Amino acid sequence: MPTSNEHILHSYDEELSRLKGELGRMGQIAVAQIEASMDVLERRDSRAAERVILNDEAIDQLEASVSHDVLLLLARRQPMARDLREVMAALRIAADIERIGDYAANVAKRSMALNLSAPIAPAANLPALTETAVELVRDVLVAYREGDAELARLVWERDVELDALYTSLFRELLTYMMEDPRNITPATHVLFMAKNIERIGDHATNIAENVWFLVNGTPLQEPRKKGDLTSTPAIDPERAPHG
Amino acid sequence: MISRYQRRKLVNLFNLGIAVLATIFGVFWLIWILWTTLRYGASSVNWALFTQDTPAPGSSGGGLRNAFVGSLILLGIAVAIGAPVGVLAGTWLAEFAARRKLGAVVRFLNDILLSAPSIIIGLFAYAIIVDPSGHFSAYSGGVALALILIPVVVRTTDEMLRLVPGSLREAAIALGTPYWKLVTRITWRASASGILTGVLLGIARISGETAPLLFTALNNQFWSTSLDHPIANLSMVIFQFAMSPYSNWQSMAWAGAFIAVAFILLLNLVARALLGRRNRKA
Amino acid sequence: MSATPRIHPRAEPGETAATAGMGAIKIDVRSLNFHYGRFQALKDVSIQIEERQVTAFIGPSGCGKSTLLRTFNRMFEIYPEQRAEGEILVDGENILRSKKDIALIRAKIGMVFQKPTPFPMSIFENIAFGIRLYEKLSKAEMHVRVEGCLRQAALWDEVKDKLHQTGTSLSGGQQQRLCIARAVAIKPEIVLLDEPCSALDPISTAKVEEMIEELKNNYTVVIVTHNMQQAARVSDKTAFMYLGELIEFGDTEKIFTKPDKKQTEDYITGRFG
Repeated sequence: MPTSNEHILHSYDEELSRLKGELGRMGQIAVAQIEASMDVLERRDSRAAERVILNDEAIDQLEASVSHDVLLLLARRQPMARDLREVMAALRIAADIERIGDYAANVAKRSMALNLSAPIAPAANLPALTETAVELVRDVLVAYREGDAELARLVWERDVELDALYTSLFRELLTYMMEDPRNITPATHVLFMAKNIERIGDHATNIAENVWFLVNGTPLQEPRKKGDLTSTPAIDPERAPHG
Repeated sequence: MISRYQRRKLVNLFNLGIAVLATIFGVFWLIWILWTTLRYGASSVNWALFTQDTPAPGSSGGGLRNAFVGSLILLGIAVAIGAPVGVLAGTWLAEFAARRKLGAVVRFLNDILLSAPSIIIGLFAYAIIVDPSGHFSAYSGGVALALILIPVVVRTTDEMLRLVPGSLREAAIALGTPYWKLVTRITWRASASGILTGVLLGIARISGETAPLLFTALNNQFWSTSLDHPIANLSMVIFQFAMSPYSNWQSMAWAGAFIAVAFILLLNLVARALLGRRNRKA
Repeated sequence: MSATPRIHPRAEPGETAATAGMGAIKIDVRSLNFHYGRFQALKDVSIQIEERQVTAFIGPSGCGKSTLLRTFNRMFEIYPEQRAEGEILVDGENILRSKKDIALIRAKIGMVFQKPTPFPMSIFENIAFGIRLYEKLSKAEMHVRVEGCLRQAALWDEVKDKLHQTGTSLSGGQQQRLCIARAVAIKPEIVLLDEPCSALDPISTAKVEEMIEELKNNYTVVIVTHNMQQAARVSDKTAFMYLGELIEFGDTEKIFTKPDKKQTEDYITGRFG
């Protein structure tokens, strides 16, 4: 049978690759935003932080145009099989990247609040956490671009590392707050920032799951170790005795 | 220097002109014929034409009653024999022999018969009926006309049935319909107006035939409805009267010609109407 | 518009695979080969069609999907140059070898064609014609029966005042529903639909699809369609054919989201040659 990787309708291929392009750009901006948020934190530059917050708008706009393109694609092409998964993955991944952008902006915003008090030591651990998160996001975007399910699965597994880093930072911050109640305000900000970055990792794993589904057509399901144990006793409904 | 477009327009105009001229040429004679029969014939049509028989030579008055009735009887015999045989044969060709060699052979032979000169058909009827029986007769004339009618009806029936979409047959067969029932209840019904049109056109064709009657029905100056004797008929009377020296005979011939043309025109109109209704339905 | 695309009911969690996935086999095709003269249109096709399910045949023109459908009631027999080899078991009986009257086999299997094929008779007679082939009903009984069939086709309200007009006076969509009603009137067990909507507008198509959903409750339905969305909407199982071969056969849900064969994927996503 004469098979091909291209559609008979070239405009269909163009629409799909346009979608991929938009997501690629969203991803690039999101990664830049995460890095910028760390940069403004380290430099304690509130004006630069404001720019980071404003930049988030660009991601939101791209997400809107992805949604629009997906809508048109569904209406026009009624995609099937791999195309259908492609379109669905694009919609979901766009939502994840948009959230990642929001978290980056939120980190920048909190860095402005942090600038109002004296620097605290645990904040110095944030860049390491961020570095891991950025790596995960970068890799998962490559996995998406290249259709590399294996790379996506690696990202998915490596989220544990990020969770572990976050847990240790969490403990450190608790100790810090107990030492001196005056640290509570800045430490809480740092805690929230850390939590934001940890959440970025969660969205990277979401994207990884979507890439896996896009390529294989089956959900990525393996028992995964959960590295972040800080919330377990209080929040996890499955473990809470009266859920 | 003229542009391609202008050239194309000129060529188009030229060809169109030639086509129009050819049409006018053809229609001109047709209208002339109709006009002539109307001019000479219509004025001679009167009541006596239908109530009195053909007059003796030299006598005045008289009509064409025996010729009209004789022609109708001949047509009746021809239709009674030719229509059923033609429809059944056409049905066989379209429904049962459509994909067989025998069908193709029969269809070919039928086409030959369709274009056979009518005088030969007359000669044939003479040889197989008139000669053995020793005298001219109405039924031999009817048979000769039937032989001309049959291939026309076979042809139209065959074509009309083959126009019935195959899916209609398949739909009936899918219900488990026996083939004979499929033919009688569905395909005949679907093509009924077409088949009827074929029969009407066939009648129109044979109603003007003279040659086959020369050897068979001959003519009869007197009133006769016996099938075993020569019988008066319009075409022979027209021939005989038109060639005669008597002016009343000549004008009667024109009147007969006019009525014959009117009859054929009427048949054609009815056929057209039937076919039109069929096409609207389809 | 009434017909909303419906997601196929999946097996309830409690059901076992045996009760949910596999119904009884209604048509069991084994190693079927089919020839039009010298041209081989079907090559060693084996497929099992389940009872009370809608099975769709898809594939490009000339892939043999209609040919396969037309072997189920031995329709090919009216054309002398066509022949089938292999086995087609309907309820366990090989219809290709059956000594039974072919009409009795066909009575069990209704068929609807690409173009509506109303018979040249009244709307009422169109339905009554088939019934009369098998049953002797009084006038009143026949009327009840015809009305029932037309109601089932959701056609009754549209035609009740013109039952004695010819079937061809209806619109294309109505004609097609009349034809489905006619096929179902003789109470078959299997309904074969050969591209039933390809000549219809979208609204008529939706109405016919609505009928197909209904038919599924009582009949085994096999549909040939060029419209992949239609196959995805109405069928439980889908078979993809290409060049006379059955390439892939499975749950519709799977075929249209994650087919196993690349050929199937390329065809349904429009990446063909």
